[in-house]
Amino acid sequence: MSTDNITFGSAGAAASGPVADAYAGSRETTEGTVYTVTGADWDTVVRGVSGGRQEHVVVNMGPQHPSTHGVLRLILELDGENVIEARCGVGYLHTGIEKNLEFRSWTQGVTFVTRMDYLAPLFNETAYCLAVEKLLGITDQIPERASVIRVMLMELNRISSHLVAIATGGMELGALTAMIFGFRERELILDVFELVTGLRMNHAFIRPGGVAQDLPPGAVDQIAETVKKLKSRLTDTEKLLVDNGIWMGRTVGIGYLNLSGAVALGLTGPILRSTGLAWDLRKMQPYCGYETYEFDVPTQTTSDSYGRFLIRMAEMQESLKIVEQCLDRLTPGPVMVEDKKIAWPAQLALGSDGMGNSLDHIRQIMGESMEALIHHFKLVTEGFHVPAGQVYQAIESPRGELGVHIVSDGGTRPYRVHYREPSFTNLQAVAAMCEGGQLADVVVAVASIDPVMGGVDR
Amino acid sequence: MTEGNHGLESGGEVVPAEAEAAEVIGVRHGMFGVHGSGDTSGYGGLVRTVAMPGATPRPYGGWFDEAADTLERVLPSYGDAVEGVVIDRGEMTIHVRREKVVEVLQALRDDPLLRFEMSLGVSGVHYPDDTDRELHAVYHLRSLTHNRQLRVEVAVPDADPHIPTATSVYPTNDWHERETYDFFGIIFDGHPALTRILMPDDWPGHPQRKDYPLGGIPVEYKGAEIPPPDQRRVYS
Amino acid sequence: MGLEEKLPSGVLLTTVEQVAGYMRKSSLWPATFGLACCAIEMMSSGGPRYDLGRFGMEVFRASPRQADLMVVAGRVSQKMAPVLRQIYDQMPNPKWVLSMGVCASSGGMFNNYAIVQGVDHVVPVDIYLPGCPPRPEMLMDAILKLHDQIQHSKLGANRERQVEEREQIALTALPTSAMKGLLR
Repeated sequence: MSTDNITFGSAGAAASGPVADAYAGSRETTEGTVYTVTGADWDTVVRGVSGGRQEHVVVNMGPQHPSTHGVLRLILELDGENVIEARCGVGYLHTGIEKNLEFRSWTQGVTFVTRMDYLAPLFNETAYCLAVEKLLGITDQIPERASVIRVMLMELNRISSHLVAIATGGMELGALTAMIFGFRERELILDVFELVTGLRMNHAFIRPGGVAQDLPPGAVDQIAETVKKLKSRLTDTEKLLVDNGIWMGRTVGIGYLNLSGAVALGLTGPILRSTGLAWDLRKMQPYCGYETYEFDVPTQTTSDSYGRFLIRMAEMQESLKIVEQCLDRLTPGPVMVEDKKIAWPAQLALGSDGMGNSLDHIRQIMGESMEALIHHFKLVTEGFHVPAGQVYQAIESPRGELGVHIVSDGGTRPYRVHYREPSFTNLQAVAAMCEGGQLADVVVAVASIDPVMGGVDR
Repeated sequence: MTEGNHGLESGGEVVPAEAEAAEVIGVRHGMFGVHGSGDTSGYGGLVRTVAMPGATPRPYGGWFDEAADTLERVLPSYGDAVEGVVIDRGEMTIHVRREKVVEVLQALRDDPLLRFEMSLGVSGVHYPDDTDRELHAVYHLRSLTHNRQLRVEVAVPDADPHIPTATSVYPTNDWHERETYDFFGIIFDGHPALTRILMPDDWPGHPQRKDYPLGGIPVEYKGAEIPPPDQRRVYS
Repeated sequence: MGLEEKLPSGVLLTTVEQVAGYMRKSSLWPATFGLACCAIEMMSSGGPRYDLGRFGMEVFRASPRQADLMVVAGRVSQKMAPVLRQIYDQMPNPKWVLSMGVCASSGGMFNNYAIVQGVDHVVPVDIYLPGCPPRPEMLMDAILKLHDQIQHSKLGANRERQVEEREQIALTALPTSAMKGLLR
């Protein structure tokens, strides 16, 4: 692998010179020699470092890595197996969504916003729509059925997001069966999403003013059945991992961060609840009618990865409870706000060539009501106007507090939208959780933070 | 809707800091984003000023009065520091001068009646038409003890975009300030490591400013080419 | 049929290209290059319901040195593009690239400063898969079409001739904006 090409040496002893491989070579930097290794050539690093002055090795768990939960770059300074310093490099998934939103109308913004935290798309949409409704001042006029559908979809999304968190966490630690179980359960939920919204992921379903359309016939039965199935299947993962000696050995006491550290670093969600504080925005600052539902906020006091894992398992059960209560509450009614100047006009239906505007709606706007035609045209091309001002709306996403700060200048396009993503803030805890621990625990800590890089980088 | 959340009406009572009319952030001409020729709609002569809600006169309503009073009591330089308080849509925004921002945030965090322990980050907004106040840094704070939230806003000119860092008060603002620097060019003095965080390290320019283009490319379809989103006709 | 019937049983006649193609397509190991939402759909297609293991592809090799297929699943930002190229370069030949989703194929809905408008600006792509995100069934369809392509790809001098032919077709093809007719 390494050639005997002795050129200028800078690493002190000539025990090993620079390596001259095109893809796995070494290069000199101001910090010393940097070796690129790709497997079966770790001895170049060992030889290079042992001859040199430094004792610590800086390892780059680069953006492409099976265990870093997405394109996260971890820069670790190691002393043997112990982590001396841990830094995160983020931005590898930066998409410029916030700037893109300034060039789209308020309703089109939903399709962009939904792709930020791609494991919890309905939460992104709901936060955005709640903020837009706050700016419009129509929060009280959202029909109850729309709020119930929003809550139901959000809670199902919470379950599917926690399933991915536990599944990928298990996979990163080697418990591959957890991954199989998690994705199997998740398919049940994605079936429900596909039935209700039309898509498995990134549904642009929750619109400012309500939801895009009503539940299709048969949806309530399918959701009830899904809830029943999930109740029995979630116990599989529980039996596999809870009180499992190996799992506990790897997660108990890892990634410790107590309450003051968590509040100082602005962490929310399962991390904050694992320190003992029962802070959940659904209870503290309710939205969408959450104050009327009966559910508990699971907490732990151990402040470690195992505690966060237990919280996620318990939260899934609580979400199932909420979904059952939603199903009981669904009374027939409108799903969009009544104000025709804001309500999304079209109804979609499945035709011979796929999903499109329903023929009833087209007959109404073309034949029956001129006003409906005008509203449809203006709302789809221009969009509605939102009075000037700024607003901050926060909801409880599976990762923590998802906040949206929207500034409107009175036009049909947002002036500035900023998302306070929980993953972005929670990732700052990596240094606090990992430094002083071992290399293998870095993976556990990051898995317990459960960052979604789409949200971190937006 | 809480009471007292309308903008400044005519006249009104004396406001603690200097009263300002609704903050004008721009003037819009015409209706469809088309300038020069090409707009035959007749709306071309429309001139509209765009204004954000201005400072609210006392009483603010709800817990806002108590919070403002406590801050006034705890902060000796309240008149200096605070430019105005806006109550809009049930939220309180305190406009602060940049030299005093760390003091104000410290007072908001430490006083037992205020106790805004958690900072929800900093973000920037760019108002290019608001001369000498183009870049706004917006801090959102949350009080876990009192279950309330608050916004603190600082405005700095483009020519001198420096704000003292809040990481000494709220360590969580570390990455948020890096992000605001990355996207708006606001330099936070005293930050431990103010570098780009989401863009590549050597990226020129600050992308989320209004004078930075969206950067798209025209899209080819069969028989047509559609311009990128920032060059299309805008109906706002 | 013909010669094979006259031989004793247990003998099969084929060409080197067909055997090589069959071997290569039957155990095509993907490299993990999941970036965003498409990565989740890629993981789902490796999951129990849409099982990629039946095509010999459930081992997602973490190291590109051991992988044949790079499924670029998700939006490639400007910061990630050099990493993408480096991973592609570290894969040994023969290698194929499947650009999954509209963001990888053409920049998708993100026509802006931060996203590379199509990974074919960075790596040569063998098959494009539209969708946002594409369903696991769509991904499998693309993989099967790629298997077809691999099965029928030529070796040696035939390969060079095939490459030249394809290049000639591409050089004389109409640009998209000059084409007429339906989308398909």
